[in-house]
Amino acid sequence: MNLPTFLGGVHPPEGKALTENKAIEILRPNDSREFIYPLSQHIGAPCSPLVKKGDRVLAGQKIADTEAFVSAPIFSSVSGTVKEVGPRMTIPGSVDPCIVIESDGKYEKAPSLLDELGHKPQPSEYVKLIRSAGIVGMGGACFPTHVKLSPPKDRVIKWLIVNAAECEPYLSCDNRLMIESPDEVIRGLGYALEIFPEASGVIAIENNKPEAISTMTAHNKNPRIKIMPHTVKYPQGAEKMLIWSVTGQEIPLVPALPADVGCIILNTRTAWHICKAIEEGEPVTERVISVTGDAVCEPKNVQVPLGISVRELVNFCGGFKDEPVKILAGGPMMGLAMRSVDVPVVKGTSGILALTKNLAYIAEESACIRCGKCIEACPMHLNPTYLDQLVRKRDYESFEAYNGMNCIECGCCSYSCPASRHLTQTCKEGKAAVNLARRKAAQAKAKQEAK
Amino acid sequence: MSEKLVVSSSPHIHSDFSTQKIMGMVIYSLVPAGIMGVYLLGFRSLLVIIACVAACALCEWCWQKFIMHRKDTTGDLSAVVTGLLLAYNLPPTIPIWMAICGSVFAILIVKQFYGGIGCNIVNPALAARAMMLISWPTAMTTWTVNGISGATPLAAMKAGTMPANLSWWNLIVGDMGGCIGETSAILLILGGAYLVWEGVISARIPLTYILTTAILSALFNHGGGMFPVHEILTGGLLLGAIFMATDYTTSPMTEKGQYIYAFGCGLLTALIRTWGGYPEGVSFSILIMNIAVPLIDKYTEPRTLGAPKSNFFKRMGGKS
Repeated sequence: MNLPTFLGGVHPPEGKALTENKAIEILRPNDSREFIYPLSQHIGAPCSPLVKKGDRVLAGQKIADTEAFVSAPIFSSVSGTVKEVGPRMTIPGSVDPCIVIESDGKYEKAPSLLDELGHKPQPSEYVKLIRSAGIVGMGGACFPTHVKLSPPKDRVIKWLIVNAAECEPYLSCDNRLMIESPDEVIRGLGYALEIFPEASGVIAIENNKPEAISTMTAHNKNPRIKIMPHTVKYPQGAEKMLIWSVTGQEIPLVPALPADVGCIILNTRTAWHICKAIEEGEPVTERVISVTGDAVCEPKNVQVPLGISVRELVNFCGGFKDEPVKILAGGPMMGLAMRSVDVPVVKGTSGILALTKNLAYIAEESACIRCGKCIEACPMHLNPTYLDQLVRKRDYESFEAYNGMNCIECGCCSYSCPASRHLTQTCKEGKAAVNLARRKAAQAKAKQEAK
Repeated sequence: MSEKLVVSSSPHIHSDFSTQKIMGMVIYSLVPAGIMGVYLLGFRSLLVIIACVAACALCEWCWQKFIMHRKDTTGDLSAVVTGLLLAYNLPPTIPIWMAICGSVFAILIVKQFYGGIGCNIVNPALAARAMMLISWPTAMTTWTVNGISGATPLAAMKAGTMPANLSWWNLIVGDMGGCIGETSAILLILGGAYLVWEGVISARIPLTYILTTAILSALFNHGGGMFPVHEILTGGLLLGAIFMATDYTTSPMTEKGQYIYAFGCGLLTALIRTWGGYPEGVSFSILIMNIAVPLIDKYTEPRTLGAPKSNFFKRMGGKS
């Protein structure tokens, strides 16, 4: 059977067997402890704190927000007292402004968003409600969902795609979510479809999740939604790859967005949150995380309140049985290597992956042998080894001319390179350098005009 | 408890391919044909193979250590592959000192002078063979099989006198005049099949090259209307198409480029075999196409997903 897919990509070992059959367990500490909420948990403007030291907060209470459009408010996941508004180390290893709350272990609830609204929300109010529930892309990118759901007026949205491919090896939190609460995911997509009357809904699942596919198919009563199995190949769940294999359309080069080809992509957990926000007025305060890897004693899927320390998660899973060399937030292909596990869980944390030296790949680079494996693997059909050379020569102009800015940083090139060259890393560097130069140019221009 | 953690950029896992592993698999795939060569052409072939491999590896090691003071790269086994391929392209009667000269030329001048692995512009083994063919033409074209010297089938074909005693069995097993490693068709094909199976090479270049040569030779009426199959089984075509033309560094990286390159190799081989001054043209064809690779790569750059279809020509026209 030929399932839809894209051209390029790689087949890393899946590693999902560790957690795919583990039912979601709930971790909710009942004693007093610190919960930390970074003020920037999304792409866009960081939030400003709405609480100050000594304030009492309730679970589900908004503690930070901003006026900016591309942003999302942050909620406390526990009841307790604000201990501090100050710097703490976060997942990327940087020290960022955070709100620290000392919990009382009671999870006393704040009034829901629906109570504040006072009536059952209408489809015209959905986007506003999604904004006020703080929903962002829960797959890791954390792009605010209400921005996605507000495309430019001249774009007709034809497809709403739930990205349930979960192509990252090891992670299985979306898989479990679909098996254990299929109706919420389907209804969440249903609500989003009500905003776009001309759109049809697709739930795209990789074929290595047969239980999720059969459960979702059995529970889907919505005629506008189709469950679509996909070929198992990394990065099937990348936005551009998914749109290509579902609709056959290519998104034009950056800065084009999915909406330009009439598509909006939502993460599985995002759809679940849309359902919760519209039906119960519940903001984003919890998420499911796959805690896995060959260094973890008992790999599990855990539902935790946001702001909890990663160390608590690891301890909940029995700690480490072997010395971890790398601990990642996210999957092994795109995840972020952490400096320490004493950092808080945020909205986009889909997995905590602890790898021993057997699995974590650390090798010295050698010379490119021009084998072309990176070109074959690149799902964007770029020439990674040439872009790598350009970045090392600081020739950013050519880097842009050869479409380097379109790199999706999926990691396929580095994964397949026999010379262990850090192709993905240099591409990221190139993109960052170009973006920095653009920002500087824009600032200089603004200064010039001000004169 | 505080763990010591490595922080680096993603991805954090890797396929099990490495340069060393790839070169190792190429060596495995070449061994059977070499054993057959030693068996059919005599013990002296083994000496030539050992001399070439040792000279290549030693030369690279000395260059890196004593002259460049760089990290030793012989561990990637690419020098061993070069040595093997060069030996397979030499007649068993070649004086050992000539074989060593060829090896040093291949590694030092063709490979290391250009920057080492991945940077050479032509295939080192083939360039060395071409140098030797020009420098010592007699030694390079004297063939002795079972104590009797005679012409290779291709040379005979060119002269219009196909040796009648050459059976299908001779052709397939390799019991005929030729270089050490080039004659055993069946073992070369097996080695190639292994490499394709393991994903080291794709079948694109060998198949395109071999078919182009066979079909064009038939069209050019080379050898007085012989079977195209003879074209494939004699001379260095199989060794060249499977192991030399597929050399990563000196072949195009894109799929489209590989077809163009392999077709060019096939066309040149058929032309040289039919009308050229030498009976065999595989080495020169591949060398000439090697030089064209940067150009081919430039014009077969893949179209980025989402880029307009005309983007390619615009970009190539706009930038030098």
